[in-house]
Amino acid sequence: MSESKKLVDKVLDIYPAKVMKNRKSHMVIKDASVKQEIAANTRAIPGIITNRGCAYAGCKGVVIGPIVDMVHIVHGPVGCSYYAWGTRRNKGKAREGGQNFLEYAFTTDMQESDIVFGGEKKLRAAIDEAVELFHPKAISISATCPVGLIGDDIHAIARDKSKEHGLKILAFSCEGYKGVSQSAGHHIANNKLMTDVIGTIDTPAKEFSINLLGEYNIGGDEWEIARVLTKIGYNIISTMTGNGAIDEIANAHKADLNVIQCHRSINYVAEMVETKYGLPWIKVNFIGVEGFSKALRDMAKYFDDPALTARTEAVIAEETTSIEEEMAGYKALLDGKTAVLFVGGSRAHHYQGLLREIGIETIVAGYEFGHRDDYEGRDVIPYIKVDADSRNIEEIHVEKDEKKYSLRIPASRAEQLKKEIPWASYDGLLSEMKDGTLVIDDLNHIETEQIIKILKPEFFGSGIKDKYMVQKMGVYAKQMHSYDYSGPYAGYQGAVNFSRDVAAGILTPAWKYITAPWYKEPLLSGKVEGVEQVC
Amino acid sequence: MRQIAIYGKGGIGKSTTTQNLTAALAEMGKEIMIVGCDPKADSTRLILNGLAQQTVLDTLREEGEDIELENILKPGYGGIRCVESGGPEPGVGCAGRGIITSINMLEQLGAYEDDLDYVFYDVLGDVVCGGFAMPIREGKAEEIYIVASGEMMAMYAANNIAKGILKFADSGGTRLGGIICNSRKVDNELEMLTAFAKELGTQLIHFVPRDNMVQHAEINKKTVIDHDPTHAQAEEYRVLARAIDENKMFVIPKPMSQERLEEILMEHGLLGV
Repeated sequence: MSESKKLVDKVLDIYPAKVMKNRKSHMVIKDASVKQEIAANTRAIPGIITNRGCAYAGCKGVVIGPIVDMVHIVHGPVGCSYYAWGTRRNKGKAREGGQNFLEYAFTTDMQESDIVFGGEKKLRAAIDEAVELFHPKAISISATCPVGLIGDDIHAIARDKSKEHGLKILAFSCEGYKGVSQSAGHHIANNKLMTDVIGTIDTPAKEFSINLLGEYNIGGDEWEIARVLTKIGYNIISTMTGNGAIDEIANAHKADLNVIQCHRSINYVAEMVETKYGLPWIKVNFIGVEGFSKALRDMAKYFDDPALTARTEAVIAEETTSIEEEMAGYKALLDGKTAVLFVGGSRAHHYQGLLREIGIETIVAGYEFGHRDDYEGRDVIPYIKVDADSRNIEEIHVEKDEKKYSLRIPASRAEQLKKEIPWASYDGLLSEMKDGTLVIDDLNHIETEQIIKILKPEFFGSGIKDKYMVQKMGVYAKQMHSYDYSGPYAGYQGAVNFSRDVAAGILTPAWKYITAPWYKEPLLSGKVEGVEQVC
Repeated sequence: MRQIAIYGKGGIGKSTTTQNLTAALAEMGKEIMIVGCDPKADSTRLILNGLAQQTVLDTLREEGEDIELENILKPGYGGIRCVESGGPEPGVGCAGRGIITSINMLEQLGAYEDDLDYVFYDVLGDVVCGGFAMPIREGKAEEIYIVASGEMMAMYAANNIAKGILKFADSGGTRLGGIICNSRKVDNELEMLTAFAKELGTQLIHFVPRDNMVQHAEINKKTVIDHDPTHAQAEEYRVLARAIDENKMFVIPKPMSQERLEEILMEHGLLGV
């Protein structure tokens, strides 16, 4: 407790009173004996170097962008498109006879005169050009900040052009300034997936069919997860949205179960799908050996099929045995080390189990854009105060689709199952943390510096914005959004990849061996003359 | 070089007043440039005798960055140099950004030549966004005249514009030079506007009476000075021109509360009759 307390005191001491009060509410030292509350999903403080992204990043960059067979047009200046171009390393493959546009960056490249005269003509032309050149199955239009300011009607254009070309065109009003972080963009994307995509194709599903929700195939994660699930006998109808295909997502409501990896970015869809189609969701964690095995067992429990359960156990045994020795080797190298995780709205939770498996304890964890339920669990949702920022993001309400709704599990068994598996429930990051460890929301530059100086962790898992400052302080920092050119990290083989990279990183502290030249020699030199005249 | 911005409620007669006023100044031998800051691009029609002016923004859009000053600056009556900023059609794009772009372009092209005595900005009715305040930002127009009449909404708009000036007066050197009354023949108009100007801390610089001659001249695509220089209305604009040329009273306005504005209307408009 004392180290965390020391850190919190030291950090808060730096701030002016008002900022101190604000930041204090975003910090919690875990104490399992009481019900703890944390402030989250509120505005970052001006002047603080925050790592957050924007609504456009959350919508196009995270949720919509990974769908492989859509042309994703960014309506805005070229930079917005360029910086969302594959930076998350979400991978994808074309389906048989299908297309994959992930390597392209499509943008209207708005110029000053498009701002003055409106960018609608250019957007219409861009859609025509995309259709003519690529014949995609569907198109997305993502609005950037200036589009919202000048009021280009992207929804009317999507409607017109959709009729004209006879294909699905989804327009997202995900202007960067909406909401307090990228989280707003997730919600905007979820809404459109629900209203315009899911439920528009009705191909009957085979047995044990599932959707993977909030899995973005970073560094090939989805492929490793799917490899194991397919081996057990699951049919993956769709993945939202890593390596996703638009027609597969359109048919998602035919599955029997939704499994959620990233709760923050996709829980809206999961909830609405359950209301509308009766398709339940469970929270899983595909990261880490135990995490993955537990997810597989929870899924088997849900389907309650003896053959499936037997195959699940056989596959778990086979897969874990094959990596046991290697994992033990990494644990021997890393045992007793400590980690700080500041990432996402889920990952700071997901990786704690895997780190523990190789002997690394997470001493500080926090989300960039998580909400209180991602920390405290879904039970807290009814008590979250709705502020003006959240009210700005449309909340859509769906009703039971009488024709397509069906209960997958009889109500009597559902009650029992809810006690056994995380059915529509998520306990949040705080539940995973040990007493005395620290949880910080919306961590910033100065707090990161203090964490490194005071707690001296060996591993720092975060993103591109704070990676190098940490690394230059001699601590191994890994991008947990993009995996720094590596992966997959999910599933069994992923656990080995991650452990290998972490071991290599921690045991090769290159920056520690370097002393900056200004610590060794003066940058300026000169003689002092006429000292008496110096005032 | 004196840079002057003319503001006022939409339809009050800003463009007509500005053009007649500048024609009178030109008559006095002054070198003048008018920058029309209205997307409708009709601020220089009377000076150019109806000649359609290629706007800065249209030129920018069609020719790219490679623009010559003579493409967008046309001399008209009395050598007055006319520029129209232009802008998008109603309901699309961003007219405010257009004004910013266009004024920057004029500066780059060297339109603000040293021999100019006056630059007039004829600005859209209300300062609805930052773009429409561009002419009174730092380094641009430091003198503002508000065109008003005795109608309640015109005075209401003038008071709001004064609030805008107050904001820029704090950060830059913008000052209010006076109120120009473009008469609508409202009861007790002169007294009411004199009182209104006084309350704002400024002056009624000239009361331009209503005369059909203005309309006649406009149909002929001319200013009154150009169309019928001997007419009494032409003399009114000359008086206004001299008053502005000799004006020494530049103030930071003291915009009034809605209640006070209504009081003035009651006192002079209704009770004064």
